[in-house]
Amino acid sequence: MRFTKKHILDMESLSVDEITLILDTADRMKEISERPIKKVPTLRGKTVVLFFYEPSTRTRISFDIAAKRLSADSLSISASSSSMVKGETLIDTARNIEAMNPDVIVIRHSSAGAPHMLAGMMKPSIINAGDGMHAHPTQSLLDLMTVRENKGKISGLRIAVIGDIAHSRVARSNSIGFTKMGAHVVLAGPRTMIPKGIEALGVSVTYNVEEAIRKADVIMMLRIQKERQQDFLFPSEREYSTVYGLTKAKLKKAKENVLIMHPGPINRGVEIAYDVADGPYSIILDQVTNGVAVRMALLYLVTGGARNADAD
Amino acid sequence: MLMLIKGGRVIDPGNLDGIMDILIADGNIVEIKKHGLAGDEYPEAKIIDASNKIVTPGLIDMHVHLREPGHEYKETIETGSLAAAFGGFTAICCMPNTDPVNDCRQVTEYILQKAKAADTVRVYPVAAISKGLKGEALCEYAELKEAGAVAVSDDGNPVKNSLLMRRALEYSKGFDLPVISHCEDLDLAAGGAMNEGVVATQLGLAGIPNASESIMVLRDIALCELTGIPVHIAHVSTKESVRAIRDAKTRGMPVTAETAPHYFTLTDESVKNYNTNAKMYPPLRSGPDREAVRQGVSDGTIDVIATDHAPHSFIEKQVEFDQAANGIIGLETSVSLSLKLVEDGVIPMTVLVEKMSTNPARILGLKNGLHIGGPADITIIDPERSYRVTADNFRSLSRNTPFDGWDMKGKAVLTMVGGKIVYQDP
Repeated sequence: MRFTKKHILDMESLSVDEITLILDTADRMKEISERPIKKVPTLRGKTVVLFFYEPSTRTRISFDIAAKRLSADSLSISASSSSMVKGETLIDTARNIEAMNPDVIVIRHSSAGAPHMLAGMMKPSIINAGDGMHAHPTQSLLDLMTVRENKGKISGLRIAVIGDIAHSRVARSNSIGFTKMGAHVVLAGPRTMIPKGIEALGVSVTYNVEEAIRKADVIMMLRIQKERQQDFLFPSEREYSTVYGLTKAKLKKAKENVLIMHPGPINRGVEIAYDVADGPYSIILDQVTNGVAVRMALLYLVTGGARNADAD
Repeated sequence: MLMLIKGGRVIDPGNLDGIMDILIADGNIVEIKKHGLAGDEYPEAKIIDASNKIVTPGLIDMHVHLREPGHEYKETIETGSLAAAFGGFTAICCMPNTDPVNDCRQVTEYILQKAKAADTVRVYPVAAISKGLKGEALCEYAELKEAGAVAVSDDGNPVKNSLLMRRALEYSKGFDLPVISHCEDLDLAAGGAMNEGVVATQLGLAGIPNASESIMVLRDIALCELTGIPVHIAHVSTKESVRAIRDAKTRGMPVTAETAPHYFTLTDESVKNYNTNAKMYPPLRSGPDREAVRQGVSDGTIDVIATDHAPHSFIEKQVEFDQAANGIIGLETSVSLSLKLVEDGVIPMTVLVEKMSTNPARILGLKNGLHIGGPADITIIDPERSYRVTADNFRSLSRNTPFDGWDMKGKAVLTMVGGKIVYQDP
């Protein structure tokens, strides 16, 4: 199968076959990071711009390392160091970057739809590294990869996603991604954090964490943001962690070989107890490792790496 | 100069309906007679053939944002007037959220002076309820009325303070300035960029719930009940608001309401792909809301169709969706979109004329109708005329419409203000 997508914007626009191809490619890419010399020449001469309008450590470093392991030239721009602070619009900044002929622009932005807007008007490939509350497709792909790697399959699994669903692009992308790949996604959190009509994504919803955890193959905890208290979403961290936090006691309801995931950054002791985050079922750091492999696969696929390889 | 509008179906609700001829002399209507009977003795009259067309009293758009003074790059009083004429309107009411705000005599007079210079359509300024639209102190209504304001509204900055709203209603009474209320609970709507619902959830945009509108509609109805003074609800968008207004009217409350063509035409599905030209306050709602608005138009709950014409330039619209300005332009598409209601059987043509001319005039206390001796403010509509909307050809300075490229049936083909033809379809 040839990969023909130019942009990676969200999980909705990827087919099952495309997702499978990305995951298969990522599986092969993973080995490169385990070599003593972690670099292949595949994307030599390609330029990857990491355009980060929102703070990010994990995702930005992950893309940067992915690009470098494939020998692409990568550079980062953050909002504070760009002309944005001088009042330039996103489109104008992006057009200036485009004029320097990069092959890929990886963008993270606090506004939902920003990558879509750029994709509609720009020559380079756009990869969405997280846009507002909308989508985080590379996170979803690395989560799919990590689950498939650990469980040998995705289809038929029960995936519980717990926390502030309303403000989470990870929850949205994983709802779409895992459902598309045949898993059953259960979302859980206080009613204040469940957005209206989320069931339309093919998921089920509960306000009871124990119910979500029961018989789950995978539990994915979401970060709780302290500033959400101002929006009256929850009364205190104390009560949140008591009712919705993942503890060893609650874990007993899950399947015996349940996997614990978290997209990070973690608030230890709030949404996840410290002994659970580091426990035997935690694959939180596997997610980070696989993040590099998935992003290598995506850079390779959107730049036509496969086509180039065919030509060779 | 004499003009004879010949052979059209003349509709002036409650007054005239039939194939008639209208003779105009020196800007006034001098004869209205059955087709063929008028104007025989004036062979020199210029003939305007209106056969197969609808001839109505001049249409009034009671909710328009002209951006002058302050944001002339979006719209001026002149370009807004030209857009109105193009759209079939002989009169428009301009909202006070200019810069400076129309909260004093000087700004009202400035607007009227610019409108006079534009010499196109009648421009009726709506002044602010509160100074600076801040919701803290009443404006000087006596002075504003004297300067030429026809109503007061804090459109765009809803009045949060219920006491101030009560006082505005009471105080306005002495000056016959109707109060137009933009109903929105800003706390409940906080941070929202579009209608709360499945589409917002899928797009990852913060939602504005229906209740943020209806909660204030219900408050204003309560204040109307308390004071016995009329209140006019602007741009109704939700089924709950329609129901509340219907109930209030059933109980005899002097509440009136308007909606805009986009609320009975589009739903929040139009926001998909982050289309900033489908972003406005209140936001496009769900299918059931659109149905309820159409029902409200049909059963008389909603008295008026007004556009909430809100020009914005590319600078405000070609940006991230949540940062884009709210509002779309409407003057040049309103008649065509509203005629669709007639075609769909929602309302008969006569009722359409009521909602676009008779009722806004009644609510605002403006002279209106086709009467001998009265000014010849007349709109001629060709309900069969098909065309494609091309925003680039708009008279408005702005292009922010979700209807660009739409195929329409029916449009205004002639607009006449005081006997002067201000727009004629080529």
